Amino acid sequence: MIKLIIRRLLFLITVIWAASTIVFFIPRISQKNPVRERFATLAISGGFSPKDLEVIIASYNTKFGLDKPLFEQYTDYLSSISRFDLGVSYNKYPRTVLELIMDSLPWTIVLLLVTTVLSFVIGNLLGAIAAWPRAPRWLRTFATPFILLQGVPPVLMGVLLLFFIGFKLKLAPLGGAYSTGVIPDWSSLTFIWDVVWHQILPGLALLLGSVGGWTLSMRGMGITIQGEDYVNFAEHKGLGGYTIFKDYYLRNALLPQATGLALALGGVVVSAIVIESQFGLPGIGRVLDAAIRSNDFLVIYGVVLFVTIAVATLMVLMEFIYPLLDPRIRNE
Amino acid sequence: MTTVSLAQPEIIQPSRLTLIFRYMRRNKGLAVGLFILLLLVIFTVYGMATADLKHAYPITVKSKQPPSWEFPLGTDFFGRDLYVAMIVGLKETALIGLLAGGLGTMVGVVLGFISAYFGGWLDMIIKGICQILTPIPALLIQIIIAGSLDKRDVTIYTMAFVVVLLAWMGPTLVIRAQVLTMKERQFVSVAKLSGMGDLGIIFSEILPNLLPFIAASFVNQVFYAVFASFYLAVLGLGPLREPLLGNTIWAAQGQSAFFNNWWWWPLFPALALVLVLGSLALINMGMDELANPRVRKTE
Repeated sequence: MIKLIIRRLLFLITVIWAASTIVFFIPRISQKNPVRERFATLAISGGFSPKDLEVIIASYNTKFGLDKPLFEQYTDYLSSISRFDLGVSYNKYPRTVLELIMDSLPWTIVLLLVTTVLSFVIGNLLGAIAAWPRAPRWLRTFATPFILLQGVPPVLMGVLLLFFIGFKLKLAPLGGAYSTGVIPDWSSLTFIWDVVWHQILPGLALLLGSVGGWTLSMRGMGITIQGEDYVNFAEHKGLGGYTIFKDYYLRNALLPQATGLALALGGVVVSAIVIESQFGLPGIGRVLDAAIRSNDFLVIYGVVLFVTIAVATLMVLMEFIYPLLDPRIRNE
Repeated sequence: MTTVSLAQPEIIQPSRLTLIFRYMRRNKGLAVGLFILLLLVIFTVYGMATADLKHAYPITVKSKQPPSWEFPLGTDFFGRDLYVAMIVGLKETALIGLLAGGLGTMVGVVLGFISAYFGGWLDMIIKGICQILTPIPALLIQIIIAGSLDKRDVTIYTMAFVVVLLAWMGPTLVIRAQVLTMKERQFVSVAKLSGMGDLGIIFSEILPNLLPFIAASFVNQVFYAVFASFYLAVLGLGPLREPLLGNTIWAAQGQSAFFNNWWWWPLFPALALVLVLGSLALINMGMDELANPRVRKTE
């Protein structure tokens, strides 16, 4: 067991190192100089002479260590990452990238947690019922529309929901985290209700975009398990349909699904980020969107690296949790 | 069910076309997916032939017009005819999908073959790289790559290239696994014993048997490429001048289209993308069934 943990941790460190290296080298392969570009745009609006500009750029390069040799920059960068230092924002200068991320992270985590848990539960139940031959027919066909929706990415679902529910029926707001003109006050219930109200459409978009995948894989899993001897045996023992469904069928079919949860995480996180920028929610997605729109490079790299490391870590953690769910692995 | 007349003693082998049709009737997902895709291709080709493609670019028509006889899908804030923009956008989406999907599958097939057939340290390296890259969300790395490019340099081709850079691991692992099992089959041993070279065995013994898997993985890659390029475009990292479907949605969001009552602007590109991705997903599921006879339904 300890050997397994060490192997997994080494793997995690390798993944983080690989991601950081990719994030470090890719921007340097292209000939774009973020500092120069930033000041060039400033020079257009503000009035300093080109000569001053060169001096400013040179001083900035020394400050951020951009004049050192590439290898030294790389080692500096790796050591700063190990200290969770992702640099500062060019656009909102004194603020660090980590601060920007930490401010917006709670929004993203709540949105992701609620939608992922809901879609996992709903999707797996629908899939299990769809494959369960004793379930009433109308209940089984309930899964079909969700399976068909599976190819539609959550972001497109967002556009469609905005049109039909937000724009046509006017049942939900068109974007933003809370109504304009409202002063954030987490102690008032009306404000909290307003926030929840604004999260419904983006949450629904993420949910509808991901339920189908679970339904489909659970249905496949359910069909294979039905033929197993222990299910037949349970039936011949005269156990009730509900007990068989819950303890013999669902429990075993759910195990591989839990592994799938870790794999699906990467895709869901990216969808959530795009959805947030689409609906103007104050999560990580909007930080990234604002950074892309204003060429704020360190923020783009910082956000991507942060999310990558978070996803990779969660995936490895899921593998540690897995033995708790499956007694067969636990006893080894 | 067709009735079989018993008067004819000899067995008539049905023509290839009938066999294909019969298979389609069983594999409904594949049939529906192919049908939608065919409609989209007809729409695009017809549009390319009849419409004035210049109108897909800004300041060529009256701006902010709702759908009408003159502009079936309306026009946007920048003065683009959205009907023409959709035609050009669909063509470009297809281009990215085919290019990135084709390249990704090709790289995957080559690496998968090398890895599985020759084994040893080459296999260790290729498999190791694939395993390390898999937990890293490819779309995020693609955001970095696309964000590092000069905005003026981004074209349809660079988009396809960016997508393919991190999209070859899936097919590599699939093909590797298949070659590994295929390598141990008896017909390969027979070929080896009769003195056939490595290249001969790969091309005339293993490759033909792998074709269904390669085709399935190609469709999968095309779906993934369209999906990834859409996400990049909707974040504003696409070729900004081109009326790619994702770009149109991004531009509409940037101008708060729903707040301003220009509902047609983001809606139609979104519906078109739903059709494209939906048909690809259906074909993908159908191809899976074709490639894995074990899950194939019987009549």
